[in-house]
Amino acid sequence: MAAISRDEVAHLARLSRIEMNDAELDHLASELDLILGAVARVQEVAQGDIPPTSHAIPLHNVFRADVVKPSLTPEESLSGAPATEGPRFKVPQILGEAE
Amino acid sequence: MPMNYEQATAAYEPTLGLEVHVELNTKSKMFCSCATEFGAEPNTQTCPVCLGLPGSLPVVNAMAIESTILIGLALNCSIAPFSRFARKNYFYPDMPKNFQTSQYDEPICVDGYLDVEIETDEGPKTFRVDIERVHMEEDTGKSLHVGGSTGRIHGAEYSLLDYNRAGIPLVEIVTRIVPGTGKYAPLVARAYVTELRDILRSLGVSDVKMEQGSLRCDVNLSLAPIGSDKLGTRSETKNVNSLRSVERAVSGEFVRQANRLESGERIVQETRHFLEESGETRPGRSKETAEDYRYFPEPDLVPVTPDADWIEELRKSLPEKPSLRRKRLQEEWNVPAKEMESMVNAELLDVVEETVKLGADATRARSWWLGEVSRLANEKEVAPTTLINANQVAEVIALIVTGELTDKLARQVVEGVINGEGTPREVIDKRGLKVVSDDSALMIAIEAAIAAQPDTAERVRGGNLPAAGALIGAVMKATGGQADAAKVRELLLKHLGQS
Ligand SMILES: [Zn+2]
Repeated sequence: MAAISRDEVAHLARLSRIEMNDAELDHLASELDLILGAVARVQEVAQGDIPPTSHAIPLHNVFRADVVKPSLTPEESLSGAPATEGPRFKVPQILGEAE
Repeated sequence: MPMNYEQATAAYEPTLGLEVHVELNTKSKMFCSCATEFGAEPNTQTCPVCLGLPGSLPVVNAMAIESTILIGLALNCSIAPFSRFARKNYFYPDMPKNFQTSQYDEPICVDGYLDVEIETDEGPKTFRVDIERVHMEEDTGKSLHVGGSTGRIHGAEYSLLDYNRAGIPLVEIVTRIVPGTGKYAPLVARAYVTELRDILRSLGVSDVKMEQGSLRCDVNLSLAPIGSDKLGTRSETKNVNSLRSVERAVSGEFVRQANRLESGERIVQETRHFLEESGETRPGRSKETAEDYRYFPEPDLVPVTPDADWIEELRKSLPEKPSLRRKRLQEEWNVPAKEMESMVNAELLDVVEETVKLGADATRARSWWLGEVSRLANEKEVAPTTLINANQVAEVIALIVTGELTDKLARQVVEGVINGEGTPREVIDKRGLKVVSDDSALMIAIEAAIAAQPDTAERVRGGNLPAAGALIGAVMKATGGQADAAKVRELLLKHLGQS
């Protein structure tokens, strides 16, 4: 059985706001399936005695003190934005979402 | 005929759940060193981290962790020895990263409870609200919808974003469902949020200003016919921004759902928005296309593993529980519950307690803060404690007790202090506000009053004590209100052979 179905890929594409045509979906579904299959082999090796990790280095409790440092200026912050209005980022109409 | 609240509660049993978001009052943001000032100019508190620019890396604010652990401990939670951040993925421009850093299946605090007391028909009753989890996340930016009619999304042509708030530490406190509240569901909800707010305030971890959004409540409610053991479909009401609104949102939603069920319609699982004006809710996003946030562990952050010593140290530093403190103070001060509530609601409990500690008696301290000082503060639209401090109020009260000031003069002193004329002593000197207590000076005024109203004086001599009021009034008038009325009365009655 495939690790990921074509429908699931279509769903993920929708959630990720990536437009994909039928050919792309077919292609990506089989590619992702291969990748997931490879990752699944790691799970075979890592049995219950190895806790899953989310970080490559076994670090924990990396904190910083609660101290304010200078921010960017609004001009700097907005400099990479495709559109702005006054001191704010301007984004297209938001559709189909709640407020 | 639609059902009213009473009919709805007679037919249906509610299941209540509450999610509270609280913005911590750390100086810097959760994952970057930007400031967290409320009301700053748009996008002046942003940096590559909170703007989600490529290559930036978050680092956790230690104070935010400490505050969250304190909250967990105050809510009787267990502190997880291992907890992790997770990405909550969604596309919405309030988060420039396209995800919110949150916690998912490994929150920092779990399994707590908070007991809240409400007045029922049978007297006070305690409800235990179980806390499922307390977790850390970050606040989102603020959107401004332009175009359309009402500033709402619908009809807006575009939106403008200010990311100053994006990344401010946010703690989410989630209850388990609270069963068996019946018709008291709105009161239990309000009491819970009130008690939670008081606890957060006592911990000093947040401004807890609902009107500024630093404390926000979502109300989950479902109904089932009384006696059935099924759970109904729930709605989630957002944007409930005052304690009163929490109560109204629950009762409003109770009635709405009951009427839908009554007419055979089903409840849609959805997010609704609370409307402050009407107390009703209107539908927002439907959750029927179940949200899929694709949570996964945040690879840019390492796990949080607070050690036991740190937790115990924090546990020891917990302040007295607000509910216990209120009970203790109410007993010590011997005040009715209603008055206690006024002080709490006016946020004056701390300063009244401080004033009492400085030697003032509780009754006077209370009445000055709730009365004159609050009145002047209302006029100026500021908090009473910004106008005058406990030391100054305690000093004024001490001067009243020693008879150096009458209540009337004391009000002028307080007014002077508030106007920046100096300490109470300095105001007294500058304004010449000394009680006329020199007996001989008063006796001259008393004799003048008797001479002016011989008939009244005769009636007092004959034992008609209430008649003395007119003479005392005349003396007070003659001394410009600076005499101590009790002293005048004493001298007058003595003079007329009545004591
Ligand atoms: Zn920042």
